[in-house]
Amino acid sequence: MTADRPQAAAKKPSSPLREARAAFARNKAGVLGLVLLTLVVALAAIGPFVYPVDPFEIVSAPLTPPLHDAAVPLGSDYLGRDLLAGIVHGARVTLFVGGAAAAMTVTIGIVIGASAGYWGGRIDGLLMRLTEFFQVLPPLLFAMALVTLFTPSIPIIAFAIGLVSWPAMARLTRAEFLKIKPLGYVAATRSGGGGDGYLIWRVILPNAAPPLIVSAALVVGMAILFEAGLSFLGLGDPNVMSWGLIIGANREYIIDGWWTVTFPGFAVFVTVLGLSLIGDGLNDAFNPNLRER
Amino acid sequence: MHAMSVLGGRLASAATLLLCVIVLNFLMIHVAPGDPAAVIAGEMGGVSEEILAEIRRGYGLDQPLHVQLLRYLGKVATGDLGYSYYYNVPVIDLILERLGPTLLLLFTGLTFAIVVGVLLGVMSALKPDGLLSHAITVISLVGYSAPVFWTGMMLIIVFGAVLPIFPISNMRDITVFGGPLVRALDVAHHLVLPAFTLGVIYMAQYSRLCRASMLEVLKSDYVRTARAKGLSDRVIIGKHALRNAILPVITIAGLQLGQILSGSVLVETVFNWPGLGTLAYESVLRRDYPTLLGILSFSAVMVILINMLTDIVYRLVDPRIR
Repeated sequence: MTADRPQAAAKKPSSPLREARAAFARNKAGVLGLVLLTLVVALAAIGPFVYPVDPFEIVSAPLTPPLHDAAVPLGSDYLGRDLLAGIVHGARVTLFVGGAAAAMTVTIGIVIGASAGYWGGRIDGLLMRLTEFFQVLPPLLFAMALVTLFTPSIPIIAFAIGLVSWPAMARLTRAEFLKIKPLGYVAATRSGGGGDGYLIWRVILPNAAPPLIVSAALVVGMAILFEAGLSFLGLGDPNVMSWGLIIGANREYIIDGWWTVTFPGFAVFVTVLGLSLIGDGLNDAFNPNLRER
Repeated sequence: MHAMSVLGGRLASAATLLLCVIVLNFLMIHVAPGDPAAVIAGEMGGVSEEILAEIRRGYGLDQPLHVQLLRYLGKVATGDLGYSYYYNVPVIDLILERLGPTLLLLFTGLTFAIVVGVLLGVMSALKPDGLLSHAITVISLVGYSAPVFWTGMMLIIVFGAVLPIFPISNMRDITVFGGPLVRALDVAHHLVLPAFTLGVIYMAQYSRLCRASMLEVLKSDYVRTARAKGLSDRVIIGKHALRNAILPVITIAGLQLGQILSGSVLVETVFNWPGLGTLAYESVLRRDYPTLLGILSFSAVMVILINMLTDIVYRLVDPRIR
């Protein structure tokens, strides 16, 4: 048995991936999701340069309706701050927190799920107990407690969201590992001299990737919703403008100023919708047999 | 015998979870930056040294950590979750006072989600490519992607400004007087929007889930057998297929309980519903740590208990698990 044999066994032929990409491209909803997300990312990347108005500066009369004052095209909030500036500048914060929190969720989930699924036995029992424990804590309340105790700042918020949302990811990873571990090519790689680390990271994980990638797309969306919820409850970082912060700040004025909550909420909605559509599209692309769902 | 041992195992694991929740609560008070006595005092700022010393003695904070933990466990076991610094009453009293409205909202929202979700799911499974199937997919995608508090606010704008047929805030109208029936109707009237907001996302999810499992079940051998026996569609769907199609919905609803409770925090805040969620929100604003942590542990206990209940319901619906 040569040294490159395990690798050959582990590597998927590239054609299924290409097939999946083609299937995704044919999926109209998935492509629409990609377009939506690209627009939001572009807004976050270049928006602040194109529209450099300070979102915290008071530039007009309070609660100016949209299309009434050229200075505030989307209207102003209860203090007279430019709503469009808030949405443009908030895109970065929202995406950053969502991305960081999702990265944490996925990392913890995969490490715990992979360890539980790979080693099994007592380690599995212990880790699953831990997962179960984190699942009975209502995520939002848990995150609220964490953020309140440690003062709201971007890293704490991202950390709190990651810490409360990993269990689903861990369960999924574990299930995939349990499915793949008994397969012939894993045993073949092991007998070829592959160590635990090699088996976990280079053999099983790549083959478990498709459902994990789908779920990661959804996790980013969930993290963005989560951040919006926390800021709505007044637990966002008060020094940086995010979409949730705008909604939370204006929540007493929704009847007199519907635009103050409608537009930033719509921005959250479009972003998460884009991510959900991408997730669905990827799911269909990876599982051609499951399209009917 | 077997059922008893299964139940015993469930109880043991529930007890372990409970213990973990309390220990976590304890740790969070201690890991938080600053003096735990100050945290318990609510970081009122300028708290006199005497009061802090009093709190330290009262909570045994001058003792070693493991002694403190044991004491804390003893306190919690007797239902003592500490004092709310804002109201200066036991946290458990505050929680029990707000529990009813939250349970009412949760129960109504979830019942709506499950009943309507299953109904729509079954109907769309009978016509897999019909309009309803597509509508459900779209609603569930939209419902999933829209922040729940935003959905609630959009409803407030519609029903507060445009079409004022439902109240948009609170649980009761203080100008409504009358007998218990009148008051119950008043509460039900106030319940419509919050319960709908909370339930509609899950309704769409459950209908998708139910549709998928129904399509699966309708292809199975025993349904074909039932059909071959000449049973009517009604009996086949109502008696044979539906039971199995509901199971995944109950499982998921049980697993999502913590999440639904989280959603209810936001929905309650939006609609000023006087439940645990608004209490949590107020505690955040007032930096009332004992109350916030008390709500967290109490909700976890509630999730553990309801999960056990779900388990029992599951056994009733599915006679194979016994």
